Amino acid sequence: MSNNRVLRVKNLNVRYQTQQGPVHAVNDVSFDVFQDEVFGIAGESGCGKSTLIRALMRLLPDSAEVTANEITLSGQNLESMPERRFREEVLWSKMSLVPQSAMNSLNPVYRVGNQIMEAIQAHSSKTNAQARERTAHLFDIVGLQPDLMDNYPHEFSGGMRQRAMIAMSLALDPGLIIMDEPTTGLDVLVQERILRRIREIREEISSSIILITHDIAVIAEMSDRIAVMYGGYFMEQATAIDLFETPSHPYTLGLKNAFPSIRRKGQELISIPGSPPTLIGECKGCPFWERCPFSVEHCSNETPAIEKLAQYHEVRCFRHKDTPQLRELASKKGTWLSLD
Amino acid sequence: MTTKIKDSLFKPLKKIVVEQYGIITSNRMGVIGLSFLLFFLIVAIFAPWLAPHDPWEMMYDVNEEFASLRSPSWEFPLGTTHLGYDLFSQLILATRTTLLIGSVSGAISILIGANIGLIAGYYGGKIDELLMRFTDILYGMPFLPFIIVLISLFGRHLEFIILAIVLIIWRTSARVIRAQTISIKQRQFIAAAKARGCSDFRIIYRHILPNVMPLLLLYAAFNIAWSIITEASTSFLGFGDGDTISWGGMLYELFLSGKTRVAWWWFAAPSICIILLVISLVLISRAYEEVANPRLRKR
Repeated sequence: MSNNRVLRVKNLNVRYQTQQGPVHAVNDVSFDVFQDEVFGIAGESGCGKSTLIRALMRLLPDSAEVTANEITLSGQNLESMPERRFREEVLWSKMSLVPQSAMNSLNPVYRVGNQIMEAIQAHSSKTNAQARERTAHLFDIVGLQPDLMDNYPHEFSGGMRQRAMIAMSLALDPGLIIMDEPTTGLDVLVQERILRRIREIREEISSSIILITHDIAVIAEMSDRIAVMYGGYFMEQATAIDLFETPSHPYTLGLKNAFPSIRRKGQELISIPGSPPTLIGECKGCPFWERCPFSVEHCSNETPAIEKLAQYHEVRCFRHKDTPQLRELASKKGTWLSLD
Repeated sequence: MTTKIKDSLFKPLKKIVVEQYGIITSNRMGVIGLSFLLFFLIVAIFAPWLAPHDPWEMMYDVNEEFASLRSPSWEFPLGTTHLGYDLFSQLILATRTTLLIGSVSGAISILIGANIGLIAGYYGGKIDELLMRFTDILYGMPFLPFIIVLISLFGRHLEFIILAIVLIIWRTSARVIRAQTISIKQRQFIAAAKARGCSDFRIIYRHILPNVMPLLLLYAAFNIAWSIITEASTSFLGFGDGDTISWGGMLYELFLSGKTRVAWWWFAAPSICIILLVISLVLISRAYEEVANPRLRKR
């Protein structure tokens, strides 16, 4: 992990205005992505992962209100950049996206290769032949036969379409690739093949990757650093090793319990009772306090601040000083059941 | 160099023609519609050579007798009018006017309707509101008073008849294409195209337009059919261009002559032609509808 910062986000907030009131989808999120690293963002559905990256790429509907103290991508301030310049100079050429459900992200009436060529030609003055050559090369990188370029999306299988989308994201050698659930909806074998391919690509090119998924196994396998997101907040942020060896937030502890370990056979999985907050209306206190077995009084009316535990280890919890004790308690089923 | 330009221009064009031909001919009804349409087209193109007589010439039969109100015979295949005009020649020349009005106002109306629908549907919000309320106002516009005003202002010219037809007809296609655009713009691949940095123009015309194309062609065929019917009714009511002859205009002449009860051949021929041409277009549009809506397909 080099110290070359690719992306810096500070205090990012996203609010949606709805008829039921404002939805606080992303709250006070700060993180850095360094060169050549995979930054994983884990969290359950509806915790604000996709909103976060859409805010970065400016793909949110007009009803969303994005505020941030700082968003810089390789030294460029993105926040104040006008829409047109952002679209022409940043989108895809510096920051690309493998969208959620990449399977449906190809226009059904165009040949797959042409759509990748479009991405190339929208941002460079390459001729058709050059763009075609580049596309063939990209197909090769992601492990697709280059002669499949002239096929239509419906002639591709799910895994092939996913790879085509990954090829498209690589088209302009962006410094940052955001992958939103790149393996969701694929069977385990295809998933494994795609992940292996992403790992191989990482070695070939020098892009940083933000990997977003709800699949803890995928994120553990792929990421250098991981952020755990809940209720629009980053609850804990640490290197992958730290996060799994010394998890510090009660929510991370709960997640770890719910995830099967191959080393300890026969161990019963413990789930976290309750369900995530709706995020509608004014959120007061820690979003996790209702489901947290260790909550104390002021958890419900005061949002905990970020506490730094180590260089890359941050946690948002009032009880971060009691972690060793909490870790032990959290591994017992009774602790969680007492909440019901 | 020139062959390159030729290639880049004609290859896609050829592909489009082959593709469209394939869509229409994959459906038996479409084949029937296409053959009728081609028949009318050929008649329209070669009309001056096909018509045996001048449509405004008073005819005399072999016995040098004035041929007024003759029923169909070998000499006058579709009979004559009370002024002795040959209806067969009139019908052939009228095909030209009718097809011209139909195709021109059909094409212009779908052009306007498609663009307004795409822009309103894609941008939404205030632009949508503005364009659609404008469409609603046109929906409230009664056609005949509108065309009467237009013609009394500008005179009975073909251009203004086409203009009047276009202004009335585009509204339905705009609404339908707007609805389809709204549905397509929410699909994943549009978001993906946006993420790729495509401009709005590119998204509308390169990503959404091809996806609404079957519907657009369907409404183009509808619009042509409606233009022909509308032209016939305006001509029948006496608002047609006096210098040209159209099927509706022929019926108007019959109405003026007061011989409707006697001269069955006079109204039969133009009416049947109107019906056949409109049916042929509806059959073609049905072939497109099967592309747009696969549930109509026979399995």
